[in-house]
Amino acid sequence: MSCPPASVPRRLLPVVVAAALAAGAVMPRAHAGETLVAVAANFTAAAQEIGAAFTEATGHTVTFSFGSTGKLYAQISHGAPFDAFLAADAARPEKAEAEGHAVPGSRFPYALGRIVLYSADPALVDDGGAVLEAPEAFGRLAIANPVTAPYGAAALEALEALDVLDQVRPKLVQGDSIAQTLQFVTTGNAPLGFVALSQVAGHEDGSRWLVPQNLYAPIRQDAVLLKHGADNDAAHAFLDYLQGPDAAAIMDRYGYGQSER
Amino acid sequence: MSGEMWDAVWLTATLAAIVTVLLLVVATPIAWWLARSRSPVKEVVGALVTLPLVLPPTVLGFYLLVAFSPNSPLGQGIAAVFGQGLPFTFEGLVVASVIHSLPFAVQPIRNAFEAIGDRPLEVAATLRASPWDAFWTVAVPLARPGFLAGAVLGFAHTVGEFGVVLMIGGNIPGETKVLSIAIYDYVETLQWTQAHILAAGMLGFSFVVLLAMRLIEKRLGWGTGR
Repeated sequence: MSCPPASVPRRLLPVVVAAALAAGAVMPRAHAGETLVAVAANFTAAAQEIGAAFTEATGHTVTFSFGSTGKLYAQISHGAPFDAFLAADAARPEKAEAEGHAVPGSRFPYALGRIVLYSADPALVDDGGAVLEAPEAFGRLAIANPVTAPYGAAALEALEALDVLDQVRPKLVQGDSIAQTLQFVTTGNAPLGFVALSQVAGHEDGSRWLVPQNLYAPIRQDAVLLKHGADNDAAHAFLDYLQGPDAAAIMDRYGYGQSER
Repeated sequence: MSGEMWDAVWLTATLAAIVTVLLLVVATPIAWWLARSRSPVKEVVGALVTLPLVLPPTVLGFYLLVAFSPNSPLGQGIAAVFGQGLPFTFEGLVVASVIHSLPFAVQPIRNAFEAIGDRPLEVAATLRASPWDAFWTVAVPLARPGFLAGAVLGFAHTVGEFGVVLMIGGNIPGETKVLSIAIYDYVETLQWTQAHILAAGMLGFSFVVLLAMRLIEKRLGWGTGR
């Protein structure tokens, strides 16, 4: 009895699929690679835009994992498979290098962060931050966890420099990262909070006060190549791209300063 | 242990105790109705009450955050009545935990009520007990194992709650920084010693609670077969 015609392709199907998979495995564009990069939460929007431009320019794919700098560092120190680390401070990349998680000498500053006192309410924050001197006027003040998020530490420093820390301390609520801090403020659950300029640079809503640079130590954000990515071409290419003019133009738009570059 | 760690332990115990009492108050009538009603919407309500059991805590945290927000009518109503909103407050954690732990209390109590069957209550009625009397003198004593299980599970689940608290708590020491959040913070900041102390404490506590529940059931002859 002869086989019905339909059964032939069906029997061949696994072979076809296997052949296609094998071809796919050996055929990808000769130099297109993939890399996984740990990125501090404040840099989320800029990183996504830079990543898209990077892929267009080089053909490499970059995937980001976002979190607070301290949390990402804890993951890196326990073997997380990140190829590079874009921190929100200079201390963690330095520590990564000192503790042998990073490639020595690969560290460089990529951005300078600024903090903003921000409220979704257009009338709450004045230009000068005087609202902080009247804590009874607002219920809660959101900051990022100062232990894990450098932007939270900068916020505490600014509050101290303004001499209002003791008054506002009972009002503080902490976001797990600067991303959650902005979420608290945007939803109105916290009337105001200290967020990263980059998070609110793209729009004009609400009210804001760009905290003067003399009230806190500059937030120098360093990047470093991790041991896991030492032999990854795509990781090297991404860090090169980050230091190039295209990335700089994107960062400018998000309000990152670039001194020391 | 540091003062900060004791704060977290005390706060968590207080929260779980308050939530457990509220759970018994809220869950008992719901469980009774679910066990005795012949209403067609009974299973719909049953499924609604069970939802927190299967939903990721982030779903509940997200909805609570939106619902309690000062921008929402509910959030404005709460703020108007109580003078403050719920997010970032101890009271907010109590409300969230009661919702989140509700199925853990309702289910065992409902099962216990259902296991009683109609007969004992019918007998009580022939002895001229009012339904209210029969409930307190017949149903509740017979359902003791369900109440114990519901209370213990509700308490333990509140102690172990993390996702919802992370989303609506704001990590305020002495107010919303419960044990699970404190452990998370210690791990994230590489303070292993503190993390170990609290984590081991939780492990021991959870084991003792479950073991004690079984032993009490046995001791009092509440288990099956007697």
